[in-house]
Amino acid sequence: MGAGHAHRLYRPAASPVHRLSPQSKLVATVLFVFVVVSTPREAVWAFGLYAVLLAGVAAVARIPAPLVLRRMLVEVPFVLFAVLMPFLSQGERVDVLGLSLSVNGLWAAWNVLAKATLGVVCSILLAATTDLRALLVGLERLHMPQIMVQIMTFMVRYGDVIGDEMDRMRIARESRGFQGRDVRALPVVARSAGALFIRSYERGERVHLAMLSRGYTGTIPLRGEATTAAQWRTALALPAAALLTCITAWVLR
Amino acid sequence: MSFHTTGHGAQVGTTDRSEDGMTITDGTPERLDAGRTPDVPPSLQLEGVAYAYPDGHQALFGVDLQVGRGERVALLGPNGAGKTTLVLHLNGILAGGAGSVHVGGLPVVKDNLQEVRRRVGIVFQDPDDQLFMPTVRDDVAFGPANLGIRGAELDARVDRALAAVRLGDLADRPPYHLSFGQRRRAAVATVLAMEPEVIVLDEPSSNLDPASRRELAQILLSLDVTILMVTHDLPYALELCPRSVILSDGVIAADGPTKEILSDPDLLAANRLELPFGFDPRVLG
Repeated sequence: MGAGHAHRLYRPAASPVHRLSPQSKLVATVLFVFVVVSTPREAVWAFGLYAVLLAGVAAVARIPAPLVLRRMLVEVPFVLFAVLMPFLSQGERVDVLGLSLSVNGLWAAWNVLAKATLGVVCSILLAATTDLRALLVGLERLHMPQIMVQIMTFMVRYGDVIGDEMDRMRIARESRGFQGRDVRALPVVARSAGALFIRSYERGERVHLAMLSRGYTGTIPLRGEATTAAQWRTALALPAAALLTCITAWVLR
Repeated sequence: MSFHTTGHGAQVGTTDRSEDGMTITDGTPERLDAGRTPDVPPSLQLEGVAYAYPDGHQALFGVDLQVGRGERVALLGPNGAGKTTLVLHLNGILAGGAGSVHVGGLPVVKDNLQEVRRRVGIVFQDPDDQLFMPTVRDDVAFGPANLGIRGAELDARVDRALAAVRLGDLADRPPYHLSFGQRRRAAVATVLAMEPEVIVLDEPSSNLDPASRRELAQILLSLDVTILMVTHDLPYALELCPRSVILSDGVIAADGPTKEILSDPDLLAANRLELPFGFDPRVLG
């Protein structure tokens, strides 16, 4: 389940990056991604510099490179899409190893690949240095609407519970000789999904009841700490350095 | 109200013999009256509580029940007797039928709901329903935070509640990583942190292994609060609650010392209650 994976994304350590408040890291990540996306694609050196910045963060946070590389696999679908671009785009063409490729398409592919990769690595670093609860606290302190923070809180809490329930249902199905090999098995799986939905809905009602019984009035108070000015300065150093790079890239263009 | 250890813990594993002896002589169902003064309102007072669900199904037909402060009472009854419906009346989740409910003298009406829910802590059967926050500590803090408690006072309450259920060292774990017995105890802590007058437990021993069941009993006996325990586990009722009430078809069918009720095979049979094989309460002192 998603939440289960997310628990495992966190990599506990005592680095300065881990110690930064979650809200400052969230803001830094979002700003960094925006700056990267706004950089002109022809400024190849700028993307190299961004990569160096992220490598620096990873080094300070003591996140080993193999771990980051492994997690970058989530990007694979985008890579496939990017690979198609040079073949499908129109316009001026060049020959590379006997293949006729579109120059425009090559630039577009580079653009998607470079920006997506930097964004993915930045999120990987955020997830590896901030646990889920801290992220929720950060979002709440950044004034994300309560209802969304609450929905995410429940997702974090019940993802594994529902995943386990799904697993038990599968085991019970298979224990009675069910084999989901082909399309004919779909109605059975669909009915299981329906049963799971109803169970989860009923659980939702029971959770709500239990919350009301403890005086729930519409807010879930998560307790976090305010970010100090020094923390903001440290966290925002990354997007600030990126912004300088980006501006330089636009000026030199 | 607080939940300091009272020394009852020493009696765990046996029934409360001295109290049982006392009741047989004076015959009253209310025993734990040490330190109770006549002007202290009962923790729970129900008068003629009747309720029908919106679909027309009538679950309660006029329930009268009084539970004194500090008492431990078992609410027994077969499935469908209306036990859960009754429990949901105690903190005003369900209302609108006939009759009245008072908690520590305070009527359960809309204007009092927040205070009523502080005074009545319900521990639901499935701890996964009760524990919904990312960590145990957050969950225990949820109730008192809803009461407006913040800062050091909130931390102190959370620590006290977790210490009372012996989970202090697991405070920062996600509930998902706790054993079932630990989760049930964490659920008890979530209501303890509200410093309630009454704790209502719905099937507290269900799905617990024998060791967790005993640990929970020790904890419940060490709490200085009124306890109403909904259960099918008759030996557990005998161990923890000097007094029992049988709810059957939406009315109170019996009310008396647990040992006497469990020693009456005809009464039990009439209410679809059964002792486990080989268990005879008359043998116990």
